[in-house]
Amino acid sequence: MSIDLTRRRFLIGSGIAATGILTGCDALVQSPSVNAVLEKGEWLSMNAQRLLLGNQQLAREYSEADLSPVFKANGTQIPETDVYKQLVDSNFANWRLQVGGMVKTAKSFSMADLKAMPSRTQITRHDCVEGWSAIGKWTGVPLGLVLEQVGLAPGARYAVFYCADDYEQSLDGSGLYYESIDLVDAWHPQTILSYGMNGKDLEIAHGAPLRLRVERQIGYKHAKYLMRIELVDSFKNIGSGKGGFWEDRGYEWYAGI
Amino acid sequence: MTSVTTGTALNEKPKRAVVYRHSLAVRITHWLNVLCLSFLLMSGLQIFNAHPHLYWGQYGADALPDPAFVSIEAYPDGDSMKGVTSIGSFQFTTTGVLGASKVDGELTPRAFPAWATIPSYQDLATGRRWHFFFAWFFVINGFVYMLYGLVSRHFRRDLLPTKVELTPRHLAHEVAEHARLRFPKGEKARRYNSLQKLAYIGVGFILLPLMVLTGLTMSPGFNAIFPWLLDVFGGRQSARTIHFITASLIIVFVFIHIAMVLLSGVWNNMRSMITGYYALKPEADKEITK
Repeated sequence: MSIDLTRRRFLIGSGIAATGILTGCDALVQSPSVNAVLEKGEWLSMNAQRLLLGNQQLAREYSEADLSPVFKANGTQIPETDVYKQLVDSNFANWRLQVGGMVKTAKSFSMADLKAMPSRTQITRHDCVEGWSAIGKWTGVPLGLVLEQVGLAPGARYAVFYCADDYEQSLDGSGLYYESIDLVDAWHPQTILSYGMNGKDLEIAHGAPLRLRVERQIGYKHAKYLMRIELVDSFKNIGSGKGGFWEDRGYEWYAGI
Repeated sequence: MTSVTTGTALNEKPKRAVVYRHSLAVRITHWLNVLCLSFLLMSGLQIFNAHPHLYWGQYGADALPDPAFVSIEAYPDGDSMKGVTSIGSFQFTTTGVLGASKVDGELTPRAFPAWATIPSYQDLATGRRWHFFFAWFFVINGFVYMLYGLVSRHFRRDLLPTKVELTPRHLAHEVAEHARLRFPKGEKARRYNSLQKLAYIGVGFILLPLMVLTGLTMSPGFNAIFPWLLDVFGGRQSARTIHFITASLIIVFVFIHIAMVLLSGVWNNMRSMITGYYALKPEADKEITK
C-alpha cells in the first residue's frame, strides 16, 4: 500500500495529456507491443524466484533492536468510506471478516474469533515499491489456519482481499483497494492476517482492524483495512483484471522484486 | 586479438598492419551491454525519483529520525522552487538539473530531470517494468560473455595483466603517457595496455557484478532465497545505496571510456568494435618492417 497517487496522477496528467510532446523513449513506453515483450520480465522473475524459493522459505526476521523508530504509514491513512467510518465509530465492534468464494463453507470471523486462533508474531522488513524500508513487529493469525476453517473448493487458485479504503475516490467502487495472492503465498507460514503491530492493536494508519502481511513481496501486496477474502480460480473479472488496485494501474502482480 | 593481415601492398612502405582485435562474441555482447546499461540507467533513475533518499542499514523511510544521508529534493523558494541536493550535512543548490527541473518549460519537483529518465514523466510502474526486463537481458548477456571469455581464453589472453604490467614503475609510466594523450602505437597497440586491462577487469568483474548483487538484495523474494546477501551489504537500504554509488562509478567509467575512444582514434576504435579489425598505426620514429 504505497505510492503517492495524487502526485502520480498529477504528473501523468501534466506529463502526457497536457503537452503531448513525447520523446522517442516515451513513444516506446506507450507501445502495447513493446509492453507485451517487457512484461515477460515479470514472468521470468516470478518463475526464477519460485524455482529457487521453494514454497516455505522464510523472509528474514529481525530482532526488537532492529525495529524502525517510526514506521512510515503510507497509502491510505484513514479510509473515508461510510462503511469504515461506522466501524471506527463503534471501535470495530461490529467488524467481521467474510471468507467465501470457492470454499466448502463460507464463514465470517469476528476479531475475537481471530484472536482466539493460534497467532504468529514476526519482526519483518516492509519494502515499499518506492524504495524505502521499515521494520515492524506484526502479530496475527496465519492465513492458512483461516483457510483450513473454511476449506478450499477444488479449483481455487487465488485469495482476493477486499478492503474498506476507497483509494481513488469513485462512485462505482472501482477505486476500492484490493489485492490477490496465489496459494503458494497463502499457505506460507509468514503470511498472516495481522491485528497487532509493535505490541499494540493495529493503528488505523497501518490498516486497522486487520491487514495482510505477505512478507516475501513488496508493500502494496500487504492490503490494509481487510473486509472480505474471496477464493477464486481467476481474477480476470475483478477490477480491471490484473489482480489488484496497483496491478490495475500498471504494477506487477508478482511483487517479489 | 591474434590473426594479422597486412593492409598494404607488398612493394609500398608498410604504413600500417590491420589486426583482428575483437571477436564477434565480444563485439555483440559489448553493444548489447551498451543497450542494456542505457535503459537500466534511465529506468533506474526513474525508480530513484520515486523516493530520492539514500540510507545506510536495514531500513530507512524518510520518517524522522531515519537519517537519509543523500536527498535530492525541491524546496519552496519564493514563488518558485529550488532543487537541493543534500549529502550528509552539505547542501548544494542544483536547480535545473537535480531536485527541480523543467518539464514543458515549467520548474517541477523531480530528483533527476525528465531527459534522464524512462519514461520522461513520473511513472514508477513503467520504470520498474523496463528496469527488470533489461536487468534480465543484461544478466543473460553477461553470462554469455563470461562463458565465452573463459572458454575462449579471452580473459587470460587479453585481460589478465602480466607481472611486469602491474609493477608501479610500469603503471606510473602508462598513467603519464595517458595524461599526455600519448597512446600506444605499432606493436604495442596490438594488445590492451595495462590501464585498459585494469579498467575492464574493474568494470566487468567488480562493478557490474556488484550492480546485479546489490539489485538482487533489494528484492524481498530474493532475500528469502539468499538472506546472507543482506549481511554482505549490511542491509537492504545499504544495498540500495551501493547500487546507486556503483552505478555512478560505471557512469564515470563510461565517460572516460568514451573520451579515450575519441582521443585515441575514433574511427579506428569504432571500426574495431563493429567489424573487429583494428589498424596498428606505425610508431613515429620507426616503421614496422615486414
